[in-house]
Amino acid sequence: MGIGKRVSRKADEVGKTAPAEPAPAGSPIAFRLDAASGVPTYLQLVHQVQHALRLGYLKPGDQLPKVREVVAALAINPNTVLKAYKDLEAKGLAAGRPGQGTFVRATLSQVALPELTALHRSLSGWLNAADEAGLDEDGIVALFSNALRDFYERRGGTRTRRGAASGETEDVA
Amino acid sequence: MNVVEARGLGKRYGSTWALRDCSLAIPAGHVVALVGPNGAGKSTLLNLVVGLAAPSAGIVTVLGGRPAGSPAALDNIAFVAQDTPLYGNLSAADMLHLTRNLNRRFDQPYAQARLTELGIPPRRRAGKLSGGQQAQLALTLALARRPRLLVLDEPVAMLDPVARHDFMATVLSAAAEDGVSVLLSSHVLAELERVADHLILLSRGRVQVAGDVDDLLARHRVLTGPTAEADRYAQGPVVHLRRGGAQAHLLVRAGADDPVPPGWEAHPVGLEELALAYLREPDAGALPGPGRSGNTVLTEVAK
Repeated sequence: MGIGKRVSRKADEVGKTAPAEPAPAGSPIAFRLDAASGVPTYLQLVHQVQHALRLGYLKPGDQLPKVREVVAALAINPNTVLKAYKDLEAKGLAAGRPGQGTFVRATLSQVALPELTALHRSLSGWLNAADEAGLDEDGIVALFSNALRDFYERRGGTRTRRGAASGETEDVA
Repeated sequence: MNVVEARGLGKRYGSTWALRDCSLAIPAGHVVALVGPNGAGKSTLLNLVVGLAAPSAGIVTVLGGRPAGSPAALDNIAFVAQDTPLYGNLSAADMLHLTRNLNRRFDQPYAQARLTELGIPPRRRAGKLSGGQQAQLALTLALARRPRLLVLDEPVAMLDPVARHDFMATVLSAAAEDGVSVLLSSHVLAELERVADHLILLSRGRVQVAGDVDDLLARHRVLTGPTAEADRYAQGPVVHLRRGGAQAHLLVRAGADDPVPPGWEAHPVGLEELALAYLREPDAGALPGPGRSGNTVLTEVAK
């Protein structure tokens, strides 16, 4: 485990100075759309960037796909792409460089492991209670999604995602 | 700048008004979807905008106040009519040649590069091309005129899904790269969600809904709750009500910050759902500015 950690950290350092693999031209990621998801198009793009940041497909300094490339590939409104990139800029995750495009500025800082473990434990406690009350898996998912949606809707515009998520879980527990 | 501005615009054919009392302002830099049932006046409005028809009442100007149909307007507008009109007996190259000679501005290198990119053989007769290629050829001719406003009447109605996607990708790339404003009519509501950022909904010859899509979506929500309580909330600005035995859905004019009644769930609404609700309720309206936004409540009982 210790060795694996060291190797991965080393790989990161190497990646920054001299890439080991030939970096493909343009952006490391490509967007896709799920028309059936019901999620607004610009949010799908935002989520995909965030997901790619969490999974390490994108690192600071990487370029996001150019607006005209996204438009040509997905046949979507250019303003939708601009809106997604503006949203990422507002979140501090990306920055536009005039005449060049939009680049990743920060990575998504993860919640520390002890915190995650504690959250997991409190959620398990709640799941036990739900199970004892007779809810099946689908019922639990429905209830949770419902509460989560209510929670975010109550928060309205001021969505500080991470704080919100942990606060919710503690409330439930 | 407004790419289209209409005040009291109307068009009468014989004793029938195809379009009536239409007042609109479409800002530049948008992809505008024109939606409405058959016979609502969509093609009439588009024909008035491009100057193929003269108004019976009111006025319409384009691209910052130029009278529709005037030479100053025509130079900067390109129009692809329904069924992508081409001369079937002319080759693709001949169509380019013809269009170049009929217009004051024509970007020949662009047009030729596009045909190569699309794999359209220049010697093949336009009538022998596939539906998708014909549509792309008509679009190429329109874009090679380097318009500032591109008007499309039902552009993708006859195309298969891949051709439709490629056609819209070309249109939207023109919007992204050259800042072309686009006004297009369509029945394909599901697709408009991705494509359009401005919506105009026509019904019975009148403008029913007009506005920025994000704005419209932010000002509408769907409330889901017990049918027994539906009438209590149906006094507010309800656009459309669907009622089941126990559960009812209300499409209401309300923002994310408006209170949700206890026991009810609020959902954001998509463009397709919004447009469908208004299409089903021709008497409801959502227009910018005061007046004309009736809060009509109509019910539809689910059976």
